Amino acid sequence: MNSINRGRIFIILAVLAFATAAPSFAQIDFSGEWAPLYHEDAPERGPGPELGDYLEMPINDAARLRADSWDADRISVVQEYQCRPHAADYALRGLGNIRIWREIDTATQRLIAFHMHFLAWDSERTIWMDGRPHPGDYAPHTWQGFSTGVWEGNMLTVTTTHLKANYLRRNGLPRSDKAILTEHWTRHADWLTIVSVIEDPVFLTEPLVRSDNWYLDPGQAIGVFGCEPAPEVPAPEGTVPHWLPGANPNLREFAGWYGLPFEATRGGAETLYPEYRSRLRDYKAPEKCERYCACTTLIGPGCNVPPPRPVTR
Amino acid sequence: MKIRILLLTFATVGALHQRTAWSQTAPANLDSVEIQTIHVQGSVYMLVGAGGNMTIQVGNDGVLVVDTQYEQLAPKLVAAIRKLSEKPIVWVVNTAVDADHVGGNDALPRLANAAIRQNVRIIAHENVVNRMSSAPRGTDPVVPDKLWPNDEYFLPQKDFSFNGEAVVVSHMPAAHTDGDSIVFFRSSNVLSVGDIFTPGRYPVIDLRNGGSVQGLINALNRILQITVPLKYQEGGTYVIPGHGRICDEADVVEYRDMVTIIRDRVQDLLKKGMTLEQVKVARPTRDYDPEYGGPNDTFLEAVYRSLSAKK
Repeated sequence: MNSINRGRIFIILAVLAFATAAPSFAQIDFSGEWAPLYHEDAPERGPGPELGDYLEMPINDAARLRADSWDADRISVVQEYQCRPHAADYALRGLGNIRIWREIDTATQRLIAFHMHFLAWDSERTIWMDGRPHPGDYAPHTWQGFSTGVWEGNMLTVTTTHLKANYLRRNGLPRSDKAILTEHWTRHADWLTIVSVIEDPVFLTEPLVRSDNWYLDPGQAIGVFGCEPAPEVPAPEGTVPHWLPGANPNLREFAGWYGLPFEATRGGAETLYPEYRSRLRDYKAPEKCERYCACTTLIGPGCNVPPPRPVTR
Repeated sequence: MKIRILLLTFATVGALHQRTAWSQTAPANLDSVEIQTIHVQGSVYMLVGAGGNMTIQVGNDGVLVVDTQYEQLAPKLVAAIRKLSEKPIVWVVNTAVDADHVGGNDALPRLANAAIRQNVRIIAHENVVNRMSSAPRGTDPVVPDKLWPNDEYFLPQKDFSFNGEAVVVSHMPAAHTDGDSIVFFRSSNVLSVGDIFTPGRYPVIDLRNGGSVQGLINALNRILQITVPLKYQEGGTYVIPGHGRICDEADVVEYRDMVTIIRDRVQDLLKKGMTLEQVKVARPTRDYDPEYGGPNDTFLEAVYRSLSAKK
């Protein structure tokens, strides 16, 4: 091999190396079967939050009253609620087994989109990576919204608009259809972390930041979810169960069960920060934890099962 | 206390001027208005301009228009329609008597059909025609007869086939007004509902034109009976509201719940003997205000008076 040929080969290899290295540096592949970890906020994400638990939620007065008025009977009575899926912002926290796969343009080998399939409600979500714009103001809103992603180093930042109105927590804390969801996806080997930021000009006074984690589980087999609405409680047509302002008797249960000051359970941005403790001068922590103590998983020791909730209506 | 409430109600009912059909005039300058055309589903489109949303159905038979916005916008609206179809406008349906929904009743088909002879049938419930043709009240302007619907119906429903699909026009009694209609395009699976449903803003319950809060709730429940989601409460039947974005059943549920809950709250305050002013101070809408355009005394007053009038 003469020196000219060696030079040509070097140039070709260099071009190939550049062409293949550039995308791999910027683009992480999130494809695979991912199983959720519930080591954060397990009681909220599994059995569901307690009624009246607005701790550390940066909500405004409107959100607080909306949640105070919420009656879980609405799910039993109003059939249209029964098969409502989690929206994109909550789907990450619920029954979060997910499958992620890439859509590649075969002609250019460019990434067009990430697709996600959730165990819960068979929800499917697309994160467009091809630079397309978000829809206009008059386009329909959906549970998963409209998502676009950009790379920031090896972190994927996803912006989601056009969400349907849904909940911040499953105890009636609302999230409006004007909210914008921003997610930051990072992968470390077989671990996936998504930090989500919800900005809601209707119900939040500052962004709500949460994080969720998954591990790669190649053997995971997501089944069909299936859901059929059916009346569970007979009621006249058009009935919308709710509590009148000031009439909900269940709002103090949570504070009582956990030995928490009631005003702290009412939430608000101030309850997010450590300084808030200094405002609770008269508060005495209970001597013994009796509910969801040191709870990192819903199964096994370390997570006491709460007693049945008494009927208070 | 109840007598006092009733006296107060009767004394002030005449002063109630919720938005009425013909007190609302067109915005001063419509020159800058751009018409947006959005394909909804099947053969149905939504046109957005300055008045209420316009629904367009196109096909081999021609063009069907639900609501006609303002007369001044007719040239722009016709231009937008012509991008969808070169056929004549054959049917117009008015969902209510409001000026921003019927203003183009004359100009729009006249401009669109200028080159051909086409009799345009303008459908509305007879109460719309009665309201438009009756003597004006107070300072209300006279409604020009060229804007009057020429094909009124008085039964609960009127249906016909057009462009190969069933079109069902249903009367919603005493809702936003007493002449409200909703229009269902059966094959396209799209429902056009006028001002009965306006996402992001409180409903206008036009008491002077026969509206009522209970009628509005009944109409919203009727819409929910018609709509069928495709899967998991999404898609399927799409709903074109009087104003605002394209919606589906889940969006209407949110709205129905809001109106129902506020009705219940105001009813409770009424039972406690509160006056209208006391109800306004109590602000039973305060958790919905940020989502529906801010505090709206006109809506609250309409709910209060509507419920008071039932006693």
